[in-house]
Amino acid sequence: MAEAQQQTGKPQLRTRIQAYGINHLHVFFSSLGRIWRAPFASLMTASVIGIALALPAGFYTLLQNLQQLSGGWDGAARISLYLHNNVSLSQAEKFAKQLNTTPQIEKVRVIDKDAALEEFKALSGFGDALDALDSNPLPMVIVVTPVVDTENPQRVENLVEELANRPEVELVQLDLQWVKRLYTIMNLVQRGLIVIAGMLALAVILVIGNTIRLDIQNRHSEIQVNKLIGATNAFIRRPFLYTGFWYGLFGGLTACVLVVTALSLLQGPAKRLAGLYDSGFRVVNLGFGNSILLIAIAILLGYLGSWLAVGRHLRDIEPG
Amino acid sequence: MLQFTNICKRYPSGQEALANITFKMPTGSMAFLTGHSGAGKSTFLKLITVIEKSTRGQLIVNGVNVSRIARWRIPYLRRQIGVIFQDHQLLYDRTVFDNVALPLVIAGYRHREIGRRVRAALDKVSLLHKERAYPITLSGGEQQRVGIARAVVNKPALLLADEPTGNLDPELSREIMALFQAFNQVGVTVLVATHDIDLINTLPYPKLTLKNGCLAYNGFAEGRHYG
Repeated sequence: MAEAQQQTGKPQLRTRIQAYGINHLHVFFSSLGRIWRAPFASLMTASVIGIALALPAGFYTLLQNLQQLSGGWDGAARISLYLHNNVSLSQAEKFAKQLNTTPQIEKVRVIDKDAALEEFKALSGFGDALDALDSNPLPMVIVVTPVVDTENPQRVENLVEELANRPEVELVQLDLQWVKRLYTIMNLVQRGLIVIAGMLALAVILVIGNTIRLDIQNRHSEIQVNKLIGATNAFIRRPFLYTGFWYGLFGGLTACVLVVTALSLLQGPAKRLAGLYDSGFRVVNLGFGNSILLIAIAILLGYLGSWLAVGRHLRDIEPG
Repeated sequence: MLQFTNICKRYPSGQEALANITFKMPTGSMAFLTGHSGAGKSTFLKLITVIEKSTRGQLIVNGVNVSRIARWRIPYLRRQIGVIFQDHQLLYDRTVFDNVALPLVIAGYRHREIGRRVRAALDKVSLLHKERAYPITLSGGEQQRVGIARAVVNKPALLLADEPTGNLDPELSREIMALFQAFNQVGVTVLVATHDIDLINTLPYPKLTLKNGCLAYNGFAEGRHYG
């Protein structure tokens, strides 16, 4: 018996650690092989995951494009300061100079009464009627171009408030209502996108979980035998977790291909449209960093899905 | 090696499978567990491999108190026990070699060591020439021998067999028993559950007979010394 005891001894720790690594490597590739041997079913699973992930990723990229576009329009936001009638031209110019040093202000232009009148005559078509007036009724105007912070549209409003409180200023007009509306809409879309992305992520987890569940059922007897001859739960879980990893990876790659293809199709027409508007706008595609992020998220979801399925179902399979 | 103390097993359905079993099986011995079907032989073996837990009593397997074992330690206990099943429980999508190698892969042996040990185990059951075959292509007796090779490849301290000769003709059954005797001779404790009375009456090992869940006959308590 002494001899038998000695022979029974476990392999050394170093050997076991090495074997552990080799086992991981082996399971890593054998789970890939398993997916490979059922190409049709695997392709379907990967496509479902791919489409589910491509939707939020595609919308997100479109939204980024929209933000880039609206960023271009922000330059058009102008604040008109109508000064009191008693402010003289030199006072106005001094005031303008002072404003120019404010960091929130990009550009300042002073339109004096005469220039304003000329402009009004030229544009309004009331030229003759204005000639009948004794004095120039138009106030002096300072046109301020604010620095627009896309992240924080509130700052422009703060600036407007500040300018309205100046003694020289009689009236402030800000034509920024539509910008505000656009931001609100984009915020809404962004929020909606997060909700949709969350739901689709859940769908991905469920799809992978279900696939793994079927896989577990198919390998029921193998799991039983493994448990009987002393496999730890980690050992039994491993192939399924790697299967989830692979599904996530292939799903993520599919999603990337779908998004990049869809946006490439938009690129040509969008460029022509932008050309018609004299805009330098270009559709920005998913990009390398975001692609990697998308694939990483897909892998994480795949792993999570299989982890949930395995945790849920392995306990049910006991030898007996 | 095995020590049952007042072991009872009652299934949730209310059926009492084992009642008040007390016996001690010394390390290095070999014994037969007999009884008509439904007498509790399978439950008896399931308690040892912790597939089932006893409702009452204390069971010690190879120095481990199985009645109060932590869940995570069960796999490590099972590695010390080789189990042979009537229906072989082989994996049919793998070769004979891979089937036999499974316990070693699980225990974390090195690749070369696995090859050496698997071939040694297959050699013992005279199936070395079939290592690349798939179990489905083998006869019943050969499949059972693959099962035995898998049970002993990890050199367990205890070997349990559940009706190992159930589907085999007398000639093959004797061969299988001879294998168990050979393992016992090198120090492995062997417990064989069988209802093949004719076969075991020809062999000089103690018997444990179960009747309706009770231990009707305890060969270890008869004063003779075995093992």
